[in-house]
Amino acid sequence: MALLDYFLRKKEKQVTTASKAKERLQIIVAHERNSRNKQPDYLPQLTEDILKVLRKYIKVSDESFSINLDKKDGDLNVLELNIELHDEQNVS
Amino acid sequence: MARIIVVTSGKGGVGKTTSSAAIGLGLALKGHKVVLIDFDIGLRNLDLIMGCERRVVYDFVNVINGEATLNQALIKDKRVSSLSILPASQTRDKDALNKENVGKVLEELGKSYDFIVCDSPAGIEAGAMMALYYADEAVVTTNPEVSSVRDSDRILGMLASRSRRAELGLDPIKEHLLLTRYSPKRVEEGEMLSVEDVEDILSIPLLGVIPESQAVLKASNAGEPVILDTESDAGKAYQDVIDRLLGETVEFRFLVAEKKGIFSRMFGG
Repeated sequence: MALLDYFLRKKEKQVTTASKAKERLQIIVAHERNSRNKQPDYLPQLTEDILKVLRKYIKVSDESFSINLDKKDGDLNVLELNIELHDEQNVS
Repeated sequence: MARIIVVTSGKGGVGKTTSSAAIGLGLALKGHKVVLIDFDIGLRNLDLIMGCERRVVYDFVNVINGEATLNQALIKDKRVSSLSILPASQTRDKDALNKENVGKVLEELGKSYDFIVCDSPAGIEAGAMMALYYADEAVVTTNPEVSSVRDSDRILGMLASRSRRAELGLDPIKEHLLLTRYSPKRVEEGEMLSVEDVEDILSIPLLGVIPESQAVLKASNAGEPVILDTESDAGKAYQDVIDRLLGETVEFRFLVAEKKGIFSRMFGG
């Protein structure tokens, strides 16, 4: 079994500190970029209100919901909502 | 028009001055007229790395205050005649520089040089903002390490919002990623962010990868920019950076660890 252990251990080692570093950086950098692109003051309240309405009808967790206000070139602003629907329970 | 290149990073100690010196000297060796400016007012070090610390008479702030002419303050490099250095002052206060007076100096230099390389101080204070304000291009010097990558991203934000190009709505500053102190061996062992990881996070084009090298310390000890050490990996990697800045396509080197042979593996080494 020693041989098997050897191979298994190699696989386990895959969560390296470098991949941890990358993951942490991706999150914090995305977060900081967001606050850098100044969002309008009403956005948090709007988010809350939309979620409230959605939750009247379907289950939405915080993670499966995202809202984004993007400036495209010119003076076009796009409000983007992303809602993930998971199980059948949501559809029925 | 001269190309104004700022060497910046946010975080200190990642190799801005080493890189500025190598890039300035490298471009001059290719026959271009280059001036290297130290923007680190109060903590000048570019003169030491360039090996001209004993020839500093007047500095950047003297020129700004009208106490010396540009020609009096510029130090001609002894190795390459087309390279000059404008040292930072050691004592004056940081507020001596402002957009207007720095702009005047750069405009004057732009008349007689092809490249103006600005060595930025660390941080995001006034000095660093001054160094990047007039830039056409930015070499974002980054170590494969969390705090350096995060700070580089903040600097990218500054380049996009606080520069002259941003304020006037011109084409944005051309950003280049320069990854320094890279250790392929540690990357392979999963202990260090890889080139791809850093590119993924910062998403700007890669200009160069400088391997961790003992040649860098030796070079600064001697006041001879590491690009002159043509035998060293770091020197060669900086040479590639110069070629890429001049528009050539050069393959990236020193990205994989040297493979150990079976004998050294068995007997250690």
